[in-house]
Amino acid sequence: MSSAMEQLYQQVILDHAKHPHGRGLPEGVSAVGVAAADHGTCAATSHQVNPTCGDEVTLHVDVDTTGDVPVVRDVAWEGQGCSISQASTSVLHDLVVGQDLPAVDRVAATFREMMQSQGASLSPDAEELLGDAAAFVGVSRYAARVKCAQLGWVALNDALILSGARTTEDA
Amino acid sequence: MTSTLEPLLPGDTTDGSPLSAAELVAVRADFPLLGRTLRDGRPLVYLDSGATSQKPDVVLDAEQDFYVRRNAAVHRGAHQLAEEATEAFEGARARVAGFVGASPGELVWTSNATAAINLVAYAMSNASLGRGGEAARRFALGAGDEIVVTEAEHHANLVPWQELAARTGATLRWLGVDDDGRIRTDQLATVVTERTRVLAFTHASNVTGAITPVEAFVARAREVGALTVLDACQSVPHLPVDLPALGVDFAAFSGHKMYGPTGVGALYGRRELLEAMPPVTTGGSMVEVVTMEATTYAPPPQRFEAGTQMVSQAVALGAAAQYLAELGMPGVAAHEHHLAGALLDAVASVPGVRVVGPTENVDRLAAVSFVVDGVHAHDVGQVLDDAGVAVRVGHHCAQPLHRRFGVAATARASAGVYTTDDDVAAFREALAGVRTFFGLDGTATDGRPA
Repeated sequence: MSSAMEQLYQQVILDHAKHPHGRGLPEGVSAVGVAAADHGTCAATSHQVNPTCGDEVTLHVDVDTTGDVPVVRDVAWEGQGCSISQASTSVLHDLVVGQDLPAVDRVAATFREMMQSQGASLSPDAEELLGDAAAFVGVSRYAARVKCAQLGWVALNDALILSGARTTEDA
Repeated sequence: MTSTLEPLLPGDTTDGSPLSAAELVAVRADFPLLGRTLRDGRPLVYLDSGATSQKPDVVLDAEQDFYVRRNAAVHRGAHQLAEEATEAFEGARARVAGFVGASPGELVWTSNATAAINLVAYAMSNASLGRGGEAARRFALGAGDEIVVTEAEHHANLVPWQELAARTGATLRWLGVDDDGRIRTDQLATVVTERTRVLAFTHASNVTGAITPVEAFVARAREVGALTVLDACQSVPHLPVDLPALGVDFAAFSGHKMYGPTGVGALYGRRELLEAMPPVTTGGSMVEVVTMEATTYAPPPQRFEAGTQMVSQAVALGAAAQYLAELGMPGVAAHEHHLAGALLDAVASVPGVRVVGPTENVDRLAAVSFVVDGVHAHDVGQVLDDAGVAVRVGHHCAQPLHRRFGVAATARASAGVYTTDDDVAAFREALAGVRTFFGLDGTATDGRPA
């Protein structure tokens, strides 16, 4: 196996794919983006498909809106797809649960930049911010797989907009 | 292999024995791309001809030669170049038509096979609006009429019919697929009825490789007076195909899958039908008399070829048809039949791999789709790619068929005229490493022995 392959499928990615975090939607969550708001919370579900391969993810986000800035209380998801898309959504769960919206946006933007880097090495700051997600740097060398890695992140962004926690894309 | 562009001789004088080892070496030398290497200097093992084929020198040369020596607007101009360009363009039409047993007047150039199927669907749509007058009434659809397709179709032979049904009020019905991936011919008697106006089906599935018994479909369609539309994209490059002998009314195939360039495909239609069919795309080159009030249209095939055509691609496709005819399609089919068996054996020899489609090498092409237990098709494709083996992964533009088998995606190895036993061996070796790479053991989860 080539080193590029070992870079692509780092052990941390294979582990997340095998034992994904946050997988399993709560009871009664609709598959399609329906927002629900209650006193101090809002929630929404986004369903995203990669039309080239048919991979799907349904991602539910629960946001606490009682404080100055909204905080992601929980992320739950269901999906079927390749190890890259499954692992990436699992890592996403670990990175954003408990974080406020500005922090979520920072990590999402850093992840997106890494995906566009075509395999360039990460800055120490980015590496620290991304944690396990830094393992996805190898994916950015394979243009066809970048969409796989971003599927869950696209769903998260969409769900945050649907929930009303954020009014515009990349706010 | 000669690079001249003489007209095809009628009939195929070659026998059906597979290509010899020496012939195969010569064929591979005709395809410059096969000689390139990939990342880290790995040789290319190209098993994605079902998606698109590589191009032989004669095709590349024909396209270049057209621009270098004969380029001019066809069907107009009184100068010598225009004459030569028209000759090359129409000569290619005759060659491609002859390759599928048709006459030149029955072959319409289209930008691809999808466009060819849409052409028929939109012509029927226009006929349903009353265009084309009395002669076109036979193409008109309305409420109560039915269009029948199959669950095995590529989206290109499904979505245009869904849309036609939606526009005209007709109902779309379909034949199912059995566990082997073959279209349920036994349902012809019940699904195809007096209400059926169109029966659209594939000659060979791009996913399962299963070859459809066209005779049974044509016979049933004729019993009920339905038009037949054949998707011949997968059959024309790999089998001897005589469309008039098959008895279908229309057929579509693409250039790039038969060793020709992209940007060109063809619609075959029985002459009588093409003559009665109203145009779809209108404008220059497809008219007889134009006044400010009204227009009369050119006879087919020009009636369906509005605007400047893909002349150089058509010329190159003519060269591709000639290349295949000179090799001899019976021999090509025999070679690929052998490869189908080799691919099936390779897949069967690796634990945890399951074929979607017929597992017996009978009435099937050398396109073998499969799933690896516990590993997504994309990841399978990535590991194979790392060994230089190019396969297709995904739903292959056939989502309903994948849904039928309860999978979102498969990987597919598909052969072409240049594919060798060595290619299959390299594929087998790479495939054998897939489950191990993802930390799964060599035993199939369905209990089959390793």
